[in-house]
Amino acid sequence: MKCKKCGEKASVNMRQHKLALCKEHYLEWVPEQTERFIKKYEMFTRDEKILVAVSGGKDSLALWDILHRLGYQADGLYLGLGIDGGIGYSHESQRLAQKFADERGLKLHVVDIEKEYGQPIPVLSEISHRGHGKPCAVCGLVKRHEMNRIARDLGYAVLATGHNLDDEAAVLFGNTLNWSSEYLLRQGPVLPSSDGLARKVKPLCRFYEREMTAYALARGIEYIYEECPYADGSQSIYYKELLNQLETTRPGAKLTFYLRFLEARKRGDLFIEQNIEHAHLHACPKCGQPTSTDDYCSFCRMIEKVNAVSAK
Amino acid sequence: MPVKLILRNKEYEVKPGMMLLDALKKIGVVPESVIATRNGEMILEDEILKDGDVIKLVAVISGGMW
Ligand SMILES: [Zn+2]
Ligand SMILES: [Zn+2]
Repeated sequence: MKCKKCGEKASVNMRQHKLALCKEHYLEWVPEQTERFIKKYEMFTRDEKILVAVSGGKDSLALWDILHRLGYQADGLYLGLGIDGGIGYSHESQRLAQKFADERGLKLHVVDIEKEYGQPIPVLSEISHRGHGKPCAVCGLVKRHEMNRIARDLGYAVLATGHNLDDEAAVLFGNTLNWSSEYLLRQGPVLPSSDGLARKVKPLCRFYEREMTAYALARGIEYIYEECPYADGSQSIYYKELLNQLETTRPGAKLTFYLRFLEARKRGDLFIEQNIEHAHLHACPKCGQPTSTDDYCSFCRMIEKVNAVSAK
Repeated sequence: MPVKLILRNKEYEVKPGMMLLDALKKIGVVPESVIATRNGEMILEDEILKDGDVIKLVAVISGGMW
């Protein structure tokens, strides 16, 4: 496969966009697209101070890298969760986040949960008996709370996270399976600021997880490859695998699933009963069955076409 | 020499001359969930695997820690 821009050998192929690019042009394309989404969803401007939630994983480091390359005022926030899992998970992810910041001269705020609240995440979870034996619920709760707190205390208008399209599609899939209307109506690339909390934005929400991995690899970003020890067997990973199977046979399925949802929600189409009279149905002049076109219905047009072809 | 594919701590072997996409299908890996690299360079699904190639598959899915 050849790069669409220069004809050299392609390194990344995005079947959903029918676009293959070489490494060099891919590294140009990603920030261009990010800039486009930042503007399209009115996420932030170059005058605003942005706090990027950095986990040491590929998505958040790639996000920070892109914002920095685009000239935004983006500082990092690392939350020390105190998760070891036999692989020194938190320790290693903090090291990589710090290394990334130091190499680029960026500012990284570090908050250690154990120092702030006396216990690391797994113990907070155990003691509080929340989340059915897994610390993920408490972890999510603590992360949201702390990100809001730090952004407010340090005067950041915007909080940016590295959620990619696969993250969003997996959440959407879960919420759709349960028809969780209140969650569905809240999910999106931007959560406006309210009650003194910073605006929350997801600038990578239209990139596939695979594209962010390719970006991190192509940029030579060193990220934590090990999975959080508690994420093993998690629902979101299961949904992502299912969606990737779908994507393999139907390129673009994930993107369509997410974008059509955003469009429907924006139009106010979600969970509002359609007014049948508004549908403007007419009787087909040939068979009399209702149709949305002014002319023959789809069935009659199909038969007419078949007859026309057969008559030749 | 066979072609070696490595994903996390698992190793697979396929015959040379195969297209990467077919090799992934053969070993039961969903193509959308990995990026293949050879000598540190990303390769695409239409790449023909050669004698002695060592293909490192980078898993792309993570648990949503961003
Ligand atoms: Zn190119
Ligand atoms: Zn509170």
